[in-house]
Amino acid sequence: MTSPTTSPPHIVAGFTVPRVMFQVLLALVPVAAVQAYLHGPRLLWLIAVAGATALACEALALRLRQRSAGPHLRDGSVLVTAALLVLAVPPTLPWWLVAFGTAVAVLIAKHAYGGLGQNPFNPAMVGYAVLLVSFPLDMTSWPTPGAEWDAVTGATALDTLRTSLRQSYTMQEIFAGPAFGHVGGAGSEWINGGALAGGLYLLARRVIRWQIPVAVLAGIAVPAMLAHGLDPGAHAGTAFHLASGATMLGAFFIATDPVSAATTDRGRLIYGAGIGMLTWIIRSWGGFPDGVAFAVLIMNLAVPLIDRYTVPRIYGHPRK
Amino acid sequence: MSRHRGLQLESHKAQPFEQPLLVAPPPRVATMALDQGSGEEAEAVVEPGHSVRVGTVIALGRGAAAGLHSPVSGIVRDIGLRPTVRGTGRCIVIESDGHDEREAGMAPLDWRAKDSTALLECIGAAGVAGLGGAAFPTAAKLELARSTGAELLLLNGAECEPWICCDDALLREQSAAVVLGAQVMLAACGARHCIIAVEDDKPQAIASLESALSSAGDARLEVTVLPAVFPLGAEGPLVAAVTGREVPHDGLPPQVGVVCQNVGTAAAVARLVCEGLPVVSRIVTVTGSGILRPANVQAHIGTPLADLVAACGGYLGSQHTLIAGGSLTGRALTSDAVPVTKGLNCLLVATPADLPARGAEMPCIRCGDCAGVCPAGLLPQQLHVAAQADDAAALTRFGLAACIECGCCDYVCPSAIPLTARFRAARERQQLRERERRRATDARARHERHQRRLHEQAAAERQAFDEARRRARDVDQTGD
Repeated sequence: MTSPTTSPPHIVAGFTVPRVMFQVLLALVPVAAVQAYLHGPRLLWLIAVAGATALACEALALRLRQRSAGPHLRDGSVLVTAALLVLAVPPTLPWWLVAFGTAVAVLIAKHAYGGLGQNPFNPAMVGYAVLLVSFPLDMTSWPTPGAEWDAVTGATALDTLRTSLRQSYTMQEIFAGPAFGHVGGAGSEWINGGALAGGLYLLARRVIRWQIPVAVLAGIAVPAMLAHGLDPGAHAGTAFHLASGATMLGAFFIATDPVSAATTDRGRLIYGAGIGMLTWIIRSWGGFPDGVAFAVLIMNLAVPLIDRYTVPRIYGHPRK
Repeated sequence: MSRHRGLQLESHKAQPFEQPLLVAPPPRVATMALDQGSGEEAEAVVEPGHSVRVGTVIALGRGAAAGLHSPVSGIVRDIGLRPTVRGTGRCIVIESDGHDEREAGMAPLDWRAKDSTALLECIGAAGVAGLGGAAFPTAAKLELARSTGAELLLLNGAECEPWICCDDALLREQSAAVVLGAQVMLAACGARHCIIAVEDDKPQAIASLESALSSAGDARLEVTVLPAVFPLGAEGPLVAAVTGREVPHDGLPPQVGVVCQNVGTAAAVARLVCEGLPVVSRIVTVTGSGILRPANVQAHIGTPLADLVAACGGYLGSQHTLIAGGSLTGRALTSDAVPVTKGLNCLLVATPADLPARGAEMPCIRCGDCAGVCPAGLLPQQLHVAAQADDAAALTRFGLAACIECGCCDYVCPSAIPLTARFRAARERQQLRERERRRATDARARHERHQRRLHEQAAAERQAFDEARRRARDVDQTGD
């Protein structure tokens, strides 16, 4: 008559890890669609390569670690890693580099540290960073939108801006170039729009919370605004930074990876602001096409410290 | 979104109100658990063979256990282990003679003529205990409030669990009794005013309470309406929601000037005042998809739950989980032979549809959803790591002691981690370690005392020996 005893609580909300991951994948559809529209359907092929590589590596790692593969292959987390990596790299990248980057992300960044929930670094960004430092040429040439998808490639708007400023071009001259669009990089402003739409969906569905994206965007926008205000000839404005590179993808999808992010509310504000500011600094003075990946990885390093010093006050304990 | 941390849950409280408040017949055999829900046993003062009447004292209160009275007239058959809400516990089993004769001398109290000490004595003698679920002796709580000068009596009618509605039923039907009970409690504990807190999903209860208040015309009493958020009915969150004050982590509500009582407890006090009757019955919500006609039932303490199920038309379907209390904090029962206790507010007869299966446990992904709903402001995700590592220092730092085991973190966890159970286990391990440490300290002290005694004994013997030798030498010298 009675079923076996269970311990309370006896009800659960039923919002599971696979559903979280599925929501994230769903929210990536707009940005993927914009990229595929601008740069051609090759993106879908790369997503397929990365997805298959990720699942294969996950299965291999689980086998080596003697864990049951079923639930983890179905949890969808490796697919999110694969999709984020593909969306972050140039769509002209050779497929085997995409596979290599994915394998690094899953095998080294994720499973070498203990698998789901244990990785201190964002796996997709580790994969991206390894590709960038190993294959800088392939990783820095993006197709120019409007042209046939593999016909013309060149530096991104962020890259062009930095190198042109060093060659003492004026802002006006630089922004008239083909890599630039209305406010951000040509094409990348649409890609950022797609990522923003997906990110707002995740916020609305409460898959992510507001602290990290808002802090990342503020961390980029505030220094950009100050620098542009002080020296408009040497620094691009806020709108350009927000609408270029991987700003929105980074703010809503990459920095919000809960495993490698800070876990307290206040900590997430600090973590996000750090990513935003480092992104702006790397963009302004670094030697890379964008700063998001290294900003995320550097802030991943700071997470244990941030979490330690942002423990919220517990009920009934005195206010400090 | 509410400013109160917790869960906004789908309510299941409408169905029991499709029926009027049922009155279950007195049980043929009353099984009186000595532990009525507080975790401590009362001291039995009857023996098998004794005859008792309604209201006869059968066990005396001690510590956290209130006194216990027979709900029926008849003969004590046995005192022994029976299945109870808490698993198994010692019970006094009384076979009813069916006459329901009352104990002599039970008469209404002229409470206005009594001072607070006399009132506290009456409340204590009547076995009034926290009917919200804790079953802690009401007199002891009021006494503490009086000695610390608490100025606010906070009556808890929040009832935030999604299935439980016995307080709602009580307020709809017996608001006047709740108001009277509140007035008596004010007189007993010396608090200056009383707030009755009710969640906003009970409009009829609030209306009934307001009309009872206006006819009582007592300006010291007022109603506060709270949003329906689980677990606002828990003591700590309730005090914070109503007064904005937080009960110190190492203290009790009177330290912030508040004493909390359940509305059902107030009604029990009113019953004592009006009829002279000790606590021998309470309202229990019998609900869930596994029951034919869910209802609130006025039941005698000691009635087997099977009788309540029968009063509600019996079981529906064949697969049930019986839960004493609500779906978030209740205890799963193994049998419907378990008797009603003072702390039992609800019998949830749940079907698999009511309790969707929990998925397989996955690793924590640090999403922090748990921290977003924790009413104690904890970081369950960090506490979980500490509990898994059994890291005592980290458990303390992350505030294990402040966990009220409400289950909110479990409820939202996308990885289906049984956080509440883990925290409870960690707490038990800590208590065990504490006990062992104390035992070790005691043993060491004992050993040291023993060594000292041996040492002193040896010294004394040596001294005695030296003394004797000297004396012998003296004798030798004087003898020559």
